[in-house]
Amino acid sequence: METIQTLAVLPDMPVKAGEVVMRITGLYKSFGDNHVLSDFNLGLLAGENVVVLGKSGSGKSVLIKCIIGLLQPDGGTIEVFGKNIPDLGHLELDQVRMKVGFLFQSNALYDSMTVRENLEFPLRRHSIRLPQEEVNELVRHALDDVGLVHTVDRMPAELSGGMRKRIALARTLILRPSIILYDEPTTGLDPITAKEIIGLMIEIQEKYGSSSLIISHDMNCVRMASDRVVMLINGSCYAEGTYDELKQSADPEIKKFFE
Amino acid sequence: MMVNTQNWKQWLEEAGEMSRFTGRFFSQWFRPRYEVTEFFRQCFIVGYRSLPLVGLTGFIMGLVLTLQLRPSLIDYGVESQLPAMVGIAIVREVGPVITALIFAGKIGSSIGAELGSMKVTEQIDAMEVSGTNPFKYLVVTRVLATTLMLPVLVMLGDAISLYGSYLGVNIRGVTSFDLFWTQVFDNLSFGDVVPAFVKSFFFGFAVGMVGCFKGYHSHKGTEGVGRSANSAVVLSSILIFIIDLVAVQVTDILGLN
Repeated sequence: METIQTLAVLPDMPVKAGEVVMRITGLYKSFGDNHVLSDFNLGLLAGENVVVLGKSGSGKSVLIKCIIGLLQPDGGTIEVFGKNIPDLGHLELDQVRMKVGFLFQSNALYDSMTVRENLEFPLRRHSIRLPQEEVNELVRHALDDVGLVHTVDRMPAELSGGMRKRIALARTLILRPSIILYDEPTTGLDPITAKEIIGLMIEIQEKYGSSSLIISHDMNCVRMASDRVVMLINGSCYAEGTYDELKQSADPEIKKFFE
Repeated sequence: MMVNTQNWKQWLEEAGEMSRFTGRFFSQWFRPRYEVTEFFRQCFIVGYRSLPLVGLTGFIMGLVLTLQLRPSLIDYGVESQLPAMVGIAIVREVGPVITALIFAGKIGSSIGAELGSMKVTEQIDAMEVSGTNPFKYLVVTRVLATTLMLPVLVMLGDAISLYGSYLGVNIRGVTSFDLFWTQVFDNLSFGDVVPAFVKSFFFGFAVGMVGCFKGYHSHKGTEGVGRSANSAVVLSSILIFIIDLVAVQVTDILGLN
């Protein structure tokens, strides 16, 4: 796949396969005396799936929230499509966010809205002017991608955990993002549903050619979904490599994850 | 002693945070983008959906107040002043305060729990990622809705209370509908109606602001959501009495009492 498919109305940020779409350099973030991230570095190529692996509380979610601009880092740069996220104003940040999808750990579906309204929300809020027929088609297409077209008029509370995760993924996909950030995508799911979700993530990546940054401590997810694994220990990148390379490592810190 | 110092420090910190939160509301409410649809949706929820409860409690309040006052007025030989007295009591004080307290219990807790739940399930973050200013979408719309809807509810609640009072008057005696309303309105003055109406805007603002603040700053999972809802009701109820106290002093200074 040469270029990534995007919605015609979105800001033009063409990306060729193999190009660096995101580069994090010397990222630093602390909360009081708790130094969560220190000198963290990471690069993400177009079409690549990178998993950030780390223990609970190691700063993985802080990292992903800094990338999407929900948290302001104390130092370092986060360049997404060449734009440094911490320096961006609201409007510019919104432009970048249209191209970066975020699947929240808790799904973050709006309880008071139907599945359709949940999916339409990013389209309407980003002031994308589309005729209703096209919006309906995008919703249907996104739900079709996750195999849940029949749930369009249901409320999130009526769905199972796995279905809610799929709907959240459909909402992430509706803007056809070039980068998708997954925050613990399999947490709270049974092994079978978790496997289905990982399969879906891979399928979507292959279909749209998007890049993925996956935050996880689920080794099944790491094994199945990663092209490359970055280990986050003590706030910085401790090791980097493919799943198999890291699995064969003799380093005791790395071995702990594979035991 | 150590515990007391900690409590005071925590209280002052929260008061400071709430002041900042209120300041943020005033700095953002008039700036575009205007969340008109969400504002009207909130008006419907906080106004229309509160009406049955406000109406029921108002009716009972008017009826009970009339029945309770009657013996005392008979003792003083001024039973005929019952509609006037109940009318003044309801319009000046009992109507706005009771309606605001009912409103705080229903709407304040609901806002606290809703926003708290949205906070702990990352829905507020999801809104921000979706190109929405969650403060404007969630807080500004709700605070404006409570501020504008409570005075309307107070007016309707007062009217329903007076119907309850009319029933109360006629349980133990006979007073015509026209005479009852003539007595009520003949004894109400500008100083009775306007300050009571104006203070209900402040009551509504307090209920909305406290509910949003508590919900928006909810943490510690589902336990925190329950705590947010509970503390929203407690704090907004206290604020209603404080505002009422200040309003009485202000109207006194302005010579409206």
